Order: sequence, then structure tokens, then C-alpha cells
Amino acid sequence: MTAAGEDAAGRARETVDAVYRAESRRVLATLIRLLDGDFDLAEEALHEAFAAALQRWPADGVPARPRAWLVSAGRFKAIDAIRRRARFDARLADVAEHLRAAASDPAETDEDGVEDDRLRLVFTCCHPALAPDARIALTLREVCGLTTEAIARAFLTSPPTLAQRIVRAKAKIRDARIPYQVPQRADLPERLDAVLHVVYLVFNEGYSASSGAALTRADLSAEAIRLGRLLVELLPEPEAAGLLALMLLHESRRAARTTADGELALLDEQDRSLWNRAQIAEGCALVERALRSRRFGPYTLQAAIAAVHAEAATAVETDWAQIVGLYDVLLRADPSPVVELNRAAALAMRDGPAAGLARVDALLARGELADYHLAHSARADLLRRLGHTAEARAAYGRALALARQEPERRFLERRLRELRG
Amino acid sequence: MKYLCLIYDDEQVMDAMSKSEGEAFMGEYFAFTEGIRQSGHYVAGEALQPVASATTIRIRNGKVSTTDGPFAETKEQLGGFYLIEARDLNDAIQVASRIPSVRTGSIEVRPVVDFSQQQPSS
Repeated sequence: MTAAGEDAAGRARETVDAVYRAESRRVLATLIRLLDGDFDLAEEALHEAFAAALQRWPADGVPARPRAWLVSAGRFKAIDAIRRRARFDARLADVAEHLRAAASDPAETDEDGVEDDRLRLVFTCCHPALAPDARIALTLREVCGLTTEAIARAFLTSPPTLAQRIVRAKAKIRDARIPYQVPQRADLPERLDAVLHVVYLVFNEGYSASSGAALTRADLSAEAIRLGRLLVELLPEPEAAGLLALMLLHESRRAARTTADGELALLDEQDRSLWNRAQIAEGCALVERALRSRRFGPYTLQAAIAAVHAEAATAVETDWAQIVGLYDVLLRADPSPVVELNRAAALAMRDGPAAGLARVDALLARGELADYHLAHSARADLLRRLGHTAEARAAYGRALALARQEPERRFLERRLRELRG
Repeated sequence: MKYLCLIYDDEQVMDAMSKSEGEAFMGEYFAFTEGIRQSGHYVAGEALQPVASATTIRIRNGKVSTTDGPFAETKEQLGGFYLIEARDLNDAIQVASRIPSVRTGSIEVRPVVDFSQQQPSS
């Protein structure tokens, strides 16, 4: 081959890599539909289609519509695979023939159809008939394209356990015949909730790891934000915008959440110059859009609270009255003891620590938050501000006994030391 | 595709219903059954006698054992079933969510194995 030919071949390989990164999930989503919801066959076909592209594009040039080329190549690879199996099972010959006959319909790979396929994939991976753990694993694997190893690492579990979870979920999709569909309008609110919940859990796992040494796992949060963008782009639902806003507004504080030596910095201690202004602006715009719709829910309200924090130049300038008001609306929409705890903390900022402490004590007396470390550290903080040092120490000690995350533990130990000194 | 909808209810709650409540509940069942006959989902359906009438049979080491009662003691008991024909799980869930006991007990939806058809992936 000439030097120029080698250059062209190298460029084509780079193009295949770039197309893989940008388009492989779209191609997969369409192949699953064309192959009647068969995830495994579609994945196999996807890999064969890219292998064919690596072989052909350097010689033939990159096709004008790479994605349509890959879908078509993947479909014919799948037809070949079914034909090979049909030698042992005559009934499959009909399946292969059906797929080949359908292959001539150009509507199947048009732009709108492809976007619908991505939504179909998201809704199928987050189907409420699948186990909650499996929904998260399947979404990260199929929609985000993360490897089983990467997902297992992020969730502190072993790759075989995670692979097993995905295999079982795919078997249920096949055996119970979970359809590859975007839900009908009547079912959309409930089904969208399930999808948003998966995205939110992925984000939280990335933002505040539930245990272990690292406080944040930025990769998972980035994936969750990408998923959130995908949903906002594909579905005009206010809560999808609310969730994306919430994630962006939390993410905007990432650099300020830990000090240079890896210690936890609470909201009122954070260096606000480190907050990501672009993410805040985008998040605030999304919150306003969702609030205007008047069809918003808990994610939008939490995002609105985060937006009030984001708009305050310093902690003391925070509009606490507005935050308490937003918590009141949130409690009506989605009552939970954790939201009550957060409202009590906001109330302490608006009306003073004694008012907040009364609420926290009443909440703890009900028992639901008795083992929740943040309830005890919130109580400790209010006691400290009221000058009740001995009680504050006891409450920090209780929080420390319950906290599992290293940076949080160090933060509580630091507070305990300060109260001793 | 066929799905079996297993209906679980707390028999004590059922027994505690007044005569008119019980009749209204049965009326809902008749209306539901008529509805799924018309929509073409219905294949079969029966209500069962209370678990007090149940007998469980096992053979272990060649010996038959016959015991009173159901296989497992639970708060909710199997009280009946529908066998339905549905397009897919979403369609089956739609049907099952209209079974009157869904509001008092719970419905387990199980796909039925079709030995006459083999899936391309298996």
C-alpha cells in the first residue's frame, strides 16, 4: 500500500472509532427493535457490523450515512446468524425470511424512528417488572455502553455478580415478553418515574458514594447527566427537565465539596468561586422552564431549592424563607422524613437553631430516622450553635457511629475534636 | 402469549365483608370477567374454595404423605386465577390491574411456557 493509502486507511479506522463512540448505542437500540427485542442477538450483530466497517471502510471509503450502513450490516449479520441456527431448527428459517423481507423498508432507519428506539431502550431497561438493581445495571450497560467491569467497580460488586444480574434481566425481558416500547400516554407518568429514579440513583451513587474511601465517583454522575440530557431531548416532560436541573446544580458544586486535602466541605463552608457557573446557569434555566409548566413534581422542587442556594453569593445571603417555602411544597408533593429533616435545617437558618432543634427532636422521636447519621449530625450542629457542648458531643458521637463514608467520618471527628478543645 | 394471573387475597378480610359488600365484590368480578371475554383476553378462570379445604401431597422416599392445608402459610392465600391471552407483559399488566382483588390483595402474573414455539434466541 502507498503512504497515501495507509493514511486513508488510518483515517477510516479513526472514523470507525469515532462513529462507535457516538453512534453505537443508537445502532444497538434500532437493532434490538429490528430483531424483535432480542438483546443478545442485537449486541452480537452490533459488534459484527463494526467489525465489517473496520474491514470495508478503509478500502471503500466511509459511507454517506454511517449509522444506516451499520444498522443494515448488523441486520444482515443477524439474519446470517439465524440462518446458521436454522440448520438445526427449521422453524427459524421463517424468522430469517421475515427479517429479510422487512429489511427493504426505509422507514425503519429514519431519524425519528431512531430517536424513538433510544427511548424504547431506556423504558425497557427501566421496566418496573425488572428488579431495581437490574434496571440500573442494564441501563448503564445497554443505554450508556459501560462495560460490566466498570459498572461492577462503580457499585462495589464483583463482575460475575453484575453479569449475572444483567443475564437474568435479559432473560426476564425475553421470557415474560416485556415489550420494546415507549409506554402509552396513560402509563407514561408511572413509567417515567421509574426511569427518572434509575437516573437519579446512578447520579447519587456517583455524587455521594454510599460507602468507601472516595467521596465522589464523577464518571457515574457524568453518565447520569448524559442520560438526563437524552430524556430531556426526547421527552417534553417537566420532571425530566427538573431532574436534569437537579443533577447539574449538585454537580456544579463538585469541585467545592472537598478541600485540597480531601476533607468534606459543607455548603456554608464551600468556596463558591469554585462552583461551575455554566452548570448553574443551565440548571436554573431548566428549573424555570419546569416550574412554568405547572406539571412539575419532586425533582423540580428539589432543583428549585438547589437553585436558590446556587444564586446566593454567600451562605449568609441565602434566601432561607424561600427555601423553607419550597420544602413545604415538596413535603406536600412527596412526604418523607428526610425532606422534613432538611426543612428543619432550613428553618433553623430562618428562625434560629432552637426552632430547628425542636423539629429535629420531634422527628427523631418518631423513630424513622433513628439510624440515619445525618439526622444526628444535624442535631449535633444545632446543639453546638446553641452552646450545648456536652449534648452536641454526644450527638456527633452517635452520628460517627452510624456514618460509613470515610470523608464524612473524618468531618465528624474534626467537629468532635473542636468541641473538646 | 398466555399469562396466568394468580389472585392472592387475605381470606380473613374476605370473610369479614358484610353480605352486601361481598355481593358488590362478586358483581365486580362478573363485570371484569365479561369485559375480558369481550376483549378476547379470557382463556379460563376459576375461584377456589378457602385454604381450609386444601390438601398438600408429597411423595418422599416412595412414601405418600398427605397433609392438611396449603404448601406455605402466608398472610395472603391463593383464591383463584385467570388464564389470559395477552400481546405482551404490558398488555397482561393492564388486564391484571383491573382484577378486583388487586385493591385488596395482590396479583402475580406469570408467563406460560409455550412448548410449541421456540424463541429464536433460545
